[in-house]
Amino acid sequence: MIQTDKVLDAKNLACPMPIVKTRKAIKEMTEGQVLEVHSTDTGTTADLKAWSESAGHQYIGNVQEDGVWRHFVRKSDKEEWQERTYPFTVANEKLTDKLEEPGTVLIDVRESAEYTFNHIPGALSIPLGQLEERIEHLDKKHKYFIVCRTGNRSDMACQKLAAQGFECVTNVVPGMSKWHGNTENTAGGMKR
Amino acid sequence: MRIATASEIAKKVIQKEPLFILDVRNEETFQDWKIEGEQVVHLNVPYFELLDGAGAIVDQLPKDQEIMVVCAKEGSSIMVAEILEEEGCSAAYLQGGMKAWSEYLEPVKIGDLKSGGELYQFVRLGKGCLSYMIVSGGEAAVVDAVRMTGVFTVFADGLDAKIIHVLDTHLHADHISGGRKLAESTGATYWLPQKDAEEVTFDFASLEEGASITVGSTKIEIQPLYSPGHTIGSTSFIVDDSYLLTGDILFIDSIGRPDLAGLAEDWVGDLRESLYNRYPQLSEDLTVLPAHFMMIKELNENGSVSEKLGALYKQNHGLKIDNEDEFRELVTGNLPPQPNAYQEIRQTNMGKIQPDEEMQREMEIGPNRCAVR
Repeated sequence: MIQTDKVLDAKNLACPMPIVKTRKAIKEMTEGQVLEVHSTDTGTTADLKAWSESAGHQYIGNVQEDGVWRHFVRKSDKEEWQERTYPFTVANEKLTDKLEEPGTVLIDVRESAEYTFNHIPGALSIPLGQLEERIEHLDKKHKYFIVCRTGNRSDMACQKLAAQGFECVTNVVPGMSKWHGNTENTAGGMKR
Repeated sequence: MRIATASEIAKKVIQKEPLFILDVRNEETFQDWKIEGEQVVHLNVPYFELLDGAGAIVDQLPKDQEIMVVCAKEGSSIMVAEILEEEGCSAAYLQGGMKAWSEYLEPVKIGDLKSGGELYQFVRLGKGCLSYMIVSGGEAAVVDAVRMTGVFTVFADGLDAKIIHVLDTHLHADHISGGRKLAESTGATYWLPQKDAEEVTFDFASLEEGASITVGSTKIEIQPLYSPGHTIGSTSFIVDDSYLLTGDILFIDSIGRPDLAGLAEDWVGDLRESLYNRYPQLSEDLTVLPAHFMMIKELNENGSVSEKLGALYKQNHGLKIDNEDEFRELVTGNLPPQPNAYQEIRQTNMGKIQPDEEMQREMEIGPNRCAVR
């Protein structure tokens, strides 16, 4: 189940209405939130991708079931422009070796939709917004590597964990936007 | 706001009239294919960039000319045309959008037949496909019919002719043939080259070289001529000893590509044999009528696509390569991208899959790419 912040029903609407409605819905959301758009028009996929790119939002992916597309779009949070402050980082290229050491855990702090379409095999999904409530279930003895799309949400997550007394926490930079290793897509087997 | 039809735009393109098109589809789709014409000027701005108004692009629009807004199916172009009118521009939109453009056929008369009757060409400007109708004595034959078969039945009705033969020069890979549907709806015989039809799932009559097909009481003859190379079964037709329907073997400014059924290396020899040995034995006065055109500049003044065989042997680069290795390199080494969904289109034309109309439309989207230059 992909968790989203809002669902927009644009089924049986012809162009331009799916984009017009998506644009309005996104305007009402907060930065970083994920919108799920349901559409039936075949042209919507290409247009949503192009519109997202042009407007600075992140088109995450889509699944098609029974003639209905479910698109996932994350509202721009300008994370590329933010500055990272957490000091301990590891480059993408070195991560695979690090994960082979015993007692390591990789946490992906992107939104559930982003994780579903493209994540490193074995990564644990904890969206940044849920980190605080789930922190008590994490064992402080483990070594944690934190990944997101561009290294900024993971930077914040690392700081939160360090503040809670986790001693061995490393930010993976730049993160999934430049990840060339193996990935998994679990959207195919998704249940409604 | 004015509504323009695909037919109106076709006439503007053929008559080389100036036309300013604001294409509001996304950039990638626009780059892939658009309405082409010698006097057509384009501006591509996706509709979703104009939702807050057209203020940012007004400077790029002509002041003294109507702006033709075009999108995929028409919805967005109506919206944008309204926005433009608010800015004080004179705007029209293309009814049915690029979908209608892709499906529009312009009928053009090619000429009269010796013993009565006429030959018509149907120019599908949006896709580069050419179909033909041979009419004589109340009967008609249709060659390389596209899937909009209603155009042929209505046209034949208008001439009081009954379609009795439907022929395909080969198994098409770039567009969905309307041959089978047209034959079924009219009760006509559907003719296909046997070698292209080994895997088809329906009944057809086999085209054989030397076994001519007649149309009308005055016996207009259609003589099949085996000319493989684009496909293994590709067959040309000599009509009324005057016209050579070349299918996808020979075009006006290019020649057929041999790779769409996956066998470029095997078929390049056949293609050379057809173009360099078989066709040169025919009369130079034959008028070549291909199944496609590639560029709008191949259109004659009246919108038709045709040229004398003798003239093509002087002008068409693909017919003037003496060196066989060089020829082989041209047709196998430097091929353009393959047409959209060509595998699925072949499967559809064999009757192996039955996509609905919307799917068929999607499969045909994009430019035609059957030739090498």
